This record gives sequence, C-alpha cells and structure tokens, in this order.
Amino acid sequence: MYLWMAKGRVKVFEGRCKSCGLCVAACPMKVLRISERINDKGYRPAEQFKEGCIACKMCAVTCPDVAIEVFRIDEV
Amino acid sequence: MKEVRIFERPRSMADVTTHYCPGCTHGIAHRLVAEVIDELGIQETTVGVAPVGCAVFIYNYIDTDMYEAAHGRGPAVATACKRIRPDLTVFTYQGDGDLASIGLAEVAHAANRGENITVIFINNAIYGMTGGQMAPTTLLGQKATTCPLGREAKVNGYPMRVAEMLATLAAPGYIARVSVAKPKFILEAKKAVRKAFETQIAGKGFSLVEILSTCPTNWGMLPVEATDWLVEKMIPFYPLGEFKVPE
Repeated sequence: MYLWMAKGRVKVFEGRCKSCGLCVAACPMKVLRISERINDKGYRPAEQFKEGCIACKMCAVTCPDVAIEVFRIDEV
Repeated sequence: MKEVRIFERPRSMADVTTHYCPGCTHGIAHRLVAEVIDELGIQETTVGVAPVGCAVFIYNYIDTDMYEAAHGRGPAVATACKRIRPDLTVFTYQGDGDLASIGLAEVAHAANRGENITVIFINNAIYGMTGGQMAPTTLLGQKATTCPLGREAKVNGYPMRVAEMLATLAAPGYIARVSVAKPKFILEAKKAVRKAFETQIAGKGFSLVEILSTCPTNWGMLPVEATDWLVEKMIPFYPLGEFKVPE
C-alpha cells in the first residue's frame, strides 16, 4: 500500500515541543503520537513511533512552536 | 539512500522557544510572516511593529528590526516609519484587543489614508494576555470572564467584522481573512500574507490580513478541540476570503 508515495522522516526537537498534539491530529498517516518521556519544560514531546511517513509536511506546517523538521528519503 | 530536508525553521525566525501556551496558533502566524520575509529576501530591510497583548514579545521571535508601539498605536508608528523611510518594508502584528478595540481608530485612519504598510491582524475572539475578557470580536453566546453567561447582543453589542468594515474604504489595496486552524487553511494563509507584503512592495497601498486564530487556554479547550471549534463556530460568522485585491 502507498508504494507510489514519497518516504519521509519526522524529526521533533523535543526541548521545544509543548505537547499540544496538533501535529498528531494533522498527520494523515497517523505515525505521530505523544510520547511517555518528559522534556526539560515538563511537557511530553511528540514522536514518530512507526514507519509510514509520506513527507507531506502537514505536522511541520501546523506546529506552532516550529519544533518539527521533515526529511524526504530518496532511494538513489 | 539520501535524506533531503524539506521543512526547516525559517531563517528570519529567531532560534528561541516562544512563551505562548501549548497549542496557541500565534506561533504559526509568526512562522508564516518569517517565511514570507525569507522568500521575498527582505529580512535586512523589514521593520516590524509589535503590539500590546500576547504577541508583545514578537520582537524576540522575528529576527528583523522591531518597534514596540503603545497599545493599539501600531499603524500610527508604522505610518511614521514608512513615510520617513519609504524603502523599508513595514508591518504591524496586532491582536484583536489591540487592533479592534483600543486601536480601531488608528487602523481605520491608516487604511483610509492608504498608508503603504502591512497589518497582520490576529483574531482569536478573546483577550488572551489579560486573562480571557470579552473582545469586540467575541462571538454571540461565547463565554468570557466579563460575560460569564455568554455574550448577549442587547448588553454587549455584536461581534465586529474588521476586514469587511475596512474593505468598504476606498484606499486599501489588499484585505483578506484567513485562518490557521488546519493545515489546508495555513497554506492558504501563507499565500495571503505573501500577497499582502507584495502589495506593499509594489506600492499599492494599505494591506491587512486578518488571521482567525485559537486561544485554547482562555477558551477552556484542548488545542485540537479549539481548532475544531474555530472551524465550526468562527468561520461561519467570519467568512474566509479576499475582500479587496489590488487592480
């Protein structure tokens, strides 16, 4: 399934995340979740917990704290 | 296998954590402004005017020259700056308490004079920094600390549609209302912010982008609930779209 789609990876800057969950709601592939860890501000940062990211950038576009970077994985 | 970074922090957004509550969409609006400044390559020649309100610390977050104006007086300060240095790009960033309440005269007259500035107007239907009081833009029936039973038209009047009101004037060049509640709205919002800055650079007069925004803390909702509430309740009353475009 979804073989024709791009592959991607999400990098969350955990120190910056405020655990609002907007990225989790925005992800069309549901590969993000709020983790159990606690960051230095006392929030539980978001994380990518499984494969399947399609590099659509919706999480990064909706992140109010610009805590997300998105990478596209090209198979060369 | 090669990894290509396709989304990163805009260069003109300072590398600091914002003071906003979790889920506050001010951060998204900041990023859109910073991205547009980057794309147009005007970081060195842009001057921002900070408001009073939650976004008062915007001068720490957007890495351009910044003024801090008295409450509501952003467009007046921006007018002075732009008239003295017409080569600079000048924008103000104001909330609804700042622009629609105490500063309504300043923005209306700046718009009426057709001052060549850009106003980014954040409408979240409540006073955020002072603790959730009723704003001119609070919806009928919406609860706030100064209308705990909900806003009533008889006592408090009706919510104000600032973008439509200013679009009736002859001078403004570009007036639009957008939202940052969901990713698709955010992508449209960025186009509007870019158009507003381009209107100013082309010298076509006053431009204003009203951005419907959430305030999860003072609305008493979770961030995701607040974005849904915005789409369900605010967008029907504050329709999105462009009300005035430059010829």
